[in-house]
Amino acid sequence: MTAYIIRRLWQMVPTMLGVILLVFILFNWVGGDPAYVLAGKISNQEQIDNIRRQLGVDQPAWVQLWIFIKQVLTGDFGASWSTNEKVSNILATRLGPSLTVLVPLLILDTLTSLTLALVVAYVRGSLTDRSVMIVCTVGLSISVLVYIIVFQYFFAYKLGWFPVQGWGNTFRENLLTYSLLPILIGLVVSIAPNLRLYRTFFLDEINQDYVRTARAKGLSESRIMWVHVLRNASIPIITHLMAGLPGLLLGAFLIERFFSIPGIGREVILAVERSDFPVIKALTVYVAFATVASNLLADLMYKAADPRVQLK
Amino acid sequence: MTGASMANGTAPKAPARVAREIPHTVSPGLWALAWKRLRSDNVGMVSLVIVAAFVLLTIASATGLIAGDWAKETGVNYAPPSFIGADIEGGAPAAPVTPAGSSAPAVEFKSEVVDPLADVLAEIRGEKKPAGAAEAPPSADTGKSVDPLADVMADIRKDAKLAPADVAEARASTLPFGGDKWGRDVLKKTIKGSETSIFVGLAAAAVATLIGTVFGALAGYYGKWVDDLFNWFYSVFSSIPYLLLILAVAAVLQQKGTLTIILILGLTGWTGTFRLIRGEYLKHKAREYVQAANAIGASNSRRMFVHIFPNVSHVVLVQLSIYTVGFIKAEVILSFLGFGVPVDVVSWGSMLNEAQNELILGKWWQLAAAGTAMAILVTAFSLFTDALRDALDPKLKGLAGA
Repeated sequence: MTAYIIRRLWQMVPTMLGVILLVFILFNWVGGDPAYVLAGKISNQEQIDNIRRQLGVDQPAWVQLWIFIKQVLTGDFGASWSTNEKVSNILATRLGPSLTVLVPLLILDTLTSLTLALVVAYVRGSLTDRSVMIVCTVGLSISVLVYIIVFQYFFAYKLGWFPVQGWGNTFRENLLTYSLLPILIGLVVSIAPNLRLYRTFFLDEINQDYVRTARAKGLSESRIMWVHVLRNASIPIITHLMAGLPGLLLGAFLIERFFSIPGIGREVILAVERSDFPVIKALTVYVAFATVASNLLADLMYKAADPRVQLK
Repeated sequence: MTGASMANGTAPKAPARVAREIPHTVSPGLWALAWKRLRSDNVGMVSLVIVAAFVLLTIASATGLIAGDWAKETGVNYAPPSFIGADIEGGAPAAPVTPAGSSAPAVEFKSEVVDPLADVLAEIRGEKKPAGAAEAPPSADTGKSVDPLADVMADIRKDAKLAPADVAEARASTLPFGGDKWGRDVLKKTIKGSETSIFVGLAAAAVATLIGTVFGALAGYYGKWVDDLFNWFYSVFSSIPYLLLILAVAAVLQQKGTLTIILILGLTGWTGTFRLIRGEYLKHKAREYVQAANAIGASNSRRMFVHIFPNVSHVVLVQLSIYTVGFIKAEVILSFLGFGVPVDVVSWGSMLNEAQNELILGKWWQLAAAGTAMAILVTAFSLFTDALRDALDPKLKGLAGA
C-alpha cells in the first residue's frame, strides 16, 4: 500500500511539471510580455521597466521558468497585478465563501441524485422512469444562465424570499441567508445530469446475478437497492465524485458572479477581465495539484469500496 | 468500411437462384445499416429534422438571405411582441431612449434597481466613467463587477453614435418577437445568434475532434514512447479543470473574435476524443486486416488513415456530435461573460446578458427567445446524438438504458 502510494506520487511529478510548463508557456509566451499587459494600467515607462525587473521578465526564458517553479514550490505567487493584494491572501480569503455554497450543494446534490437514481432505476422502463428522463433531458438543455436569471428574478426580486445578492459577515448568516438561493439553483442545474449518470450505473448492476440471489434469500427490496446495488455501483460513482472534488476549490463561476459572492470563481472571472495573470496562474497550478491528488485518492477509495480491487 | 463489410459479408441469400450472378447480393455497409436504424428511430428522426432546420436557418442567415438587417432599429425601444400588442403597461415603455444620446440613463436606472450597493456603485462608476472602456479600475475592491455591461455598452454607444442617421425613421410599435433596448428585432437577433452558436459549435467541435483523432491515432498506433508522450500530454491537459483551462486561454488571447473562441474551445477540448480513439487504434492495429495491409506493403500512415480510420469513423462522428452540443453551451456562457464573440456579433450569450437587465424592467421576450431557441437546439442535438450513437453502435443501446 505504502509502496503503491509512493510510486503514484512519483508518477505525479511529470504531470505536474507538464502543468507548470503549460501554464508557463501560456502566460509567459502566448500571453506576451506581462509588462505590456500592465502598461494598460501604468503608463510610466520607468515604472514599466521597474516592474519588468521585479517580475524577472527581462531575464532569459529558463530563468523565468525557474522563477515560476520557485513560486510554485514556495506557494508565493507574488501580488495581484490589479489590486496588489498577495495572491496567497486572495485565494485564502475567497475560498471560504466558495466552500460555503459548494459543500452543502455537493452533499445535497449527491444524496438527492443518488436516491432519485436508485428509484428510477428500480422502476426502469415505467412511465415514471421515462418522464423523469425526459424532464432531465429538457432540463439539461436549458442554459444555466437562464436558470440563474429567472430564479434570481423570480424568487429574490419578485417574491423577495431570498436576498437578491450580497454576502454577510458571519458564517451562519452567509449559509442561512445568502447561500440558500445559490444552493437551490445549483441543485436544479446539477441534479439532472447526475441523476442520468447514476441511473446508468445502477442499471448496469440491477440485472446482475447477485441481485437475483439477494432477492432469493428474501432480502427486502430497499436493502437490495441501498446496500447491494449501491455498493457494487460505487466505483463509477466514486470516480465521478472525486473528479468533481477539485471543482470545490474553483468555486461556482456563474453563481458567484450573479450573486456577488466573494468567492474564488468570481475572482477568476475578475482576473480574466483584468488580465491579472498571477491569480490565474496560481489557481491553475493548485487546482491541477488537487486534481492529480484526488485521482490518487479515488484509486485508494476503490480499494475500500471493493476489496477485490488490486492496487498495482 | 473494410471491417464492416467483412463482418456482414455472409448474408445467407445465395441459394435462391444459382444462375444469377453473385455480385448483386451486396450486403449493406455500416453506414447504410446505421441509416436504416436511424430511420426507424422516431425520436432520432424528429430531432434530426429540427437540427437540420436550425442548420438551414444558419446557412440562410450566413448568406444574408434572412436577418441580414438585424442591427437595424426597426421598432420602438423595447417594442413588445406582436402577440401581446403595443404598450402593455401604458405609458411610453421605459422612457423613449434614443440610441445616440441618452442610453446612459437607462443603464443607471437599471443598476440602481438591481444592486443593493447603489452608493458604492455610483462612487465606483464616478471613477470609471472618465477612464473609458477596456479595463476595470484597479482600485475597485469591494463592489466590483458592478456593471458587467459597461464596457459593452460603451462600445455599442460608440457604434450608435456613428450612425445616428436612421433615428428619424418611423418605428414599428410592435415586433414579431419584441424588440431590444434599441428597438432591434429580437427574432432576427435570435436567428443571428443561432448562426453564431451553430457555427462556433461545429467549427470548434471539428478542431477538437481533429486534434483528438490525430493524437489518438498516433498514440494508439505507434505505442511505445509516442504513446507515453501523448499520454503525458493528455494527463497534463486533463488535470486542469476544463472551464479554468478555457478561462486561462481566454485571459491570454487578448483579441476577441469568433476565430479566437473556436480556437479556445477546440484546443482545450480534445482530451475525450483522444482517449476513445487511442483505445480504438490499440484494438484495431492488431486485427488481421491491418496485418494484411502491412503484408501488401501499405505504409504506416496509409494503414492508419486509409485502413483503420474508416473503421473508427463512427466513433469520431459521435464525438463530433457530442462536442457540438457541449461547445454550443460553452460559447453561450463565454459570450455571456464577455470572453466570447466580439460585441458586433450577436450571440445567445450576449442576448442573455442584455436580457438579465431587461427582465427587471419586465421586458422578458429577449430572455425567452434566446433561452427557448437554445433549449430547442440543444435538446434536439443531444437526442440526435443519442440516436446517432445507437444507430452506429447498436451494442451500446442496451447499456445506455432508455
